[in-house]
Amino acid sequence: MIRRRSKFERTNTVPLRPEPARGILEGSVRKLVGIPGYFVGRLRRTQTVQATTAEATAAQRIERVSIVENDLGPIRSTLRFFRRWPVLSSFILTGMIVMAVFAPLITAGDPEKANLRHRTYPPFFQDSAADATQIEKGREEANYFLGTDQLGRDLWSRLAYGARISLAVAAVSLVSGIVIGTALGLIAGYYGGIIDELITRFVDVWLGLPFILIALVIALVMGTSFITVFILLGLLAWTPFVRQVRAEVLSLKYREYVFSAQIAGSSTTRILVRHLLPGVINTVIVIATFRIGQLILVEAFLSFLGAGIPPPTPAWGAMISDGRGYLRDAWWISVFPGLAIFLTVASMSFFGDWLRDRLDPRLRQVD
Amino acid sequence: MAKFIIRRFFTSFLALIASTIVVFLISRVISDPAVLLLPMEGYGMDPVEFEKMKDALHLNDNVVVQYSYWIGGIAKGDWGDDLATRQPIAPKLKEKWWPTAQLALSAFILATVIGIPLGIFSAVKRGTYLDIGGRSFAVLGQSLPTFWLGIVGIFIFAVQLGWLPSGTMGEGFFLNKNLIMPTVVLAWLPMAGYMRLVRSAMLDVLDSEYIKLARSKGVSQRSVIWKHGFRNAILAPLTFAGVLLAGLITGSIAVETVFAWPGIARWAVEAVFSNNLTVLGAVTLVFTFAFIALNFIVDILYAFVDPRLRLT
Repeated sequence: MIRRRSKFERTNTVPLRPEPARGILEGSVRKLVGIPGYFVGRLRRTQTVQATTAEATAAQRIERVSIVENDLGPIRSTLRFFRRWPVLSSFILTGMIVMAVFAPLITAGDPEKANLRHRTYPPFFQDSAADATQIEKGREEANYFLGTDQLGRDLWSRLAYGARISLAVAAVSLVSGIVIGTALGLIAGYYGGIIDELITRFVDVWLGLPFILIALVIALVMGTSFITVFILLGLLAWTPFVRQVRAEVLSLKYREYVFSAQIAGSSTTRILVRHLLPGVINTVIVIATFRIGQLILVEAFLSFLGAGIPPPTPAWGAMISDGRGYLRDAWWISVFPGLAIFLTVASMSFFGDWLRDRLDPRLRQVD
Repeated sequence: MAKFIIRRFFTSFLALIASTIVVFLISRVISDPAVLLLPMEGYGMDPVEFEKMKDALHLNDNVVVQYSYWIGGIAKGDWGDDLATRQPIAPKLKEKWWPTAQLALSAFILATVIGIPLGIFSAVKRGTYLDIGGRSFAVLGQSLPTFWLGIVGIFIFAVQLGWLPSGTMGEGFFLNKNLIMPTVVLAWLPMAGYMRLVRSAMLDVLDSEYIKLARSKGVSQRSVIWKHGFRNAILAPLTFAGVLLAGLITGSIAVETVFAWPGIARWAVEAVFSNNLTVLGAVTLVFTFAFIALNFIVDILYAFVDPRLRLT
């Protein structure tokens, strides 16, 4: 008999069913809450409570309450595995990296070779109304998996080689951002005072600048090249590291082991590198996973605006820009690179969430 | 309170000065801007004329003098000349800032009106399909490139379905068809940001002691959420207003480019292709002004809402 006592009392005090002696009572924890002498906390959904009774009928004489993990069925345990480990996102990320590294092996054509006769071929799953025989012939000749762009360049090759550019640019600028940001954060946090004030204020001013426009100014003055893009993204990458590392160092620097190192006569550099750096490394890794996604997005936007890697080198953002004028006839030119960006960034963010929970629960914004 | 405002004003002012210096240095020091004024190779320019032009733009003086000319002009309302058309920048700036502001304002309203309630419901109904839906929505917003979203929006709603115009600004203030797509595209990212921030703040608040007390007193669920929870959870996103504003500025560059919106952001992007450094510098500075001023206002508001902050 379930009796609800008030609107807010969600526990049901249920008399335990008579069980055979030393038998096991199974059920949700709510059934056991009413038993005097036992408090059982919240259970995960996959757990149940077992109570061993001392006597056949008296629920009050339960000897032991234990929580057992349930044996889930194959479907539910698979689902749980997927929820607990970043399976999908690491799969996609690995795929992207493989695509970038082995681009020459997995693609048939040169990504920069134009062939105007093979212009705007649709991807393999779409039938084109226009001049079907011509397209069939072209497909047999060159095997365009995802179709071709407005200049007849193989979209799949461009996508794969574009992954190289996007990932490499983001990774290199991320590394420079990590180095600069972590160093400044360590210094600001450890020295404090006027140095801290200067660095923090500088970061504030930096964040207030409209980065994209500044990047356009620099690209305009320096000209577009690989180097320019690296510098631009490097300028963007470092700020969050300073803030988080600084906050982290502030809490670490009054620890006993830092005092011991100071008393033992360690140099400041040694304290920063050997004693404080290891303490912030998890935070840095976690921020890096979030930052790289943003860098990929910004790189794409810059190349979309024409301030990125100069053509004809394939870059995802520039490919989206290429297809803008052909939306009506060839939607795939713009859509596929965008999907590639989205998949990469979204997987990065899921992977980052997982990594944060693993490495640095303090950064967690309750999820 | 007055002390807080004065101090905050002072730091904002410093940030403003610092940012003008940064903008100036970037545009003048990395390489000689005079080179950009030269026409394409093969078409010569009279060296005498070139020197005259450099003189007129004060490019022969040293950096400090150049800076004082530039900043002095801006203080007097003279933003310099557009290098491409040789027209003064100020009147065009006056004409073009409003479309950008209108777009940003409508996107901000949309993001607030949808993002905050979504975050709250997501926290209250944690773990349900509503929560999962809301979070996926936020992840989409944070990982879809804004410019691509705009292009796909044009492809679906303008090219395929023909429901909405593909670009340019329409007549009327808020309720016009041209505004719908740019607003939604621009609002998505801040909406996702709001949703995530409000959700995590709300989860924190709902876990706190005073909520448990309110519940055990028998306060109704609605009252717990909206009176006790919401009021405290709403403070967190305010601290992130700066980041959201920066996102809105970057986003407006993307959206104005994709939708051919006649605002200052698109003007700046066009200026890049005509080597128009003065326009680019002016627009950059306007955005920086706007960012610092809005941040100042948000901070003051925040101090009004949360008395704890006035002391620090």
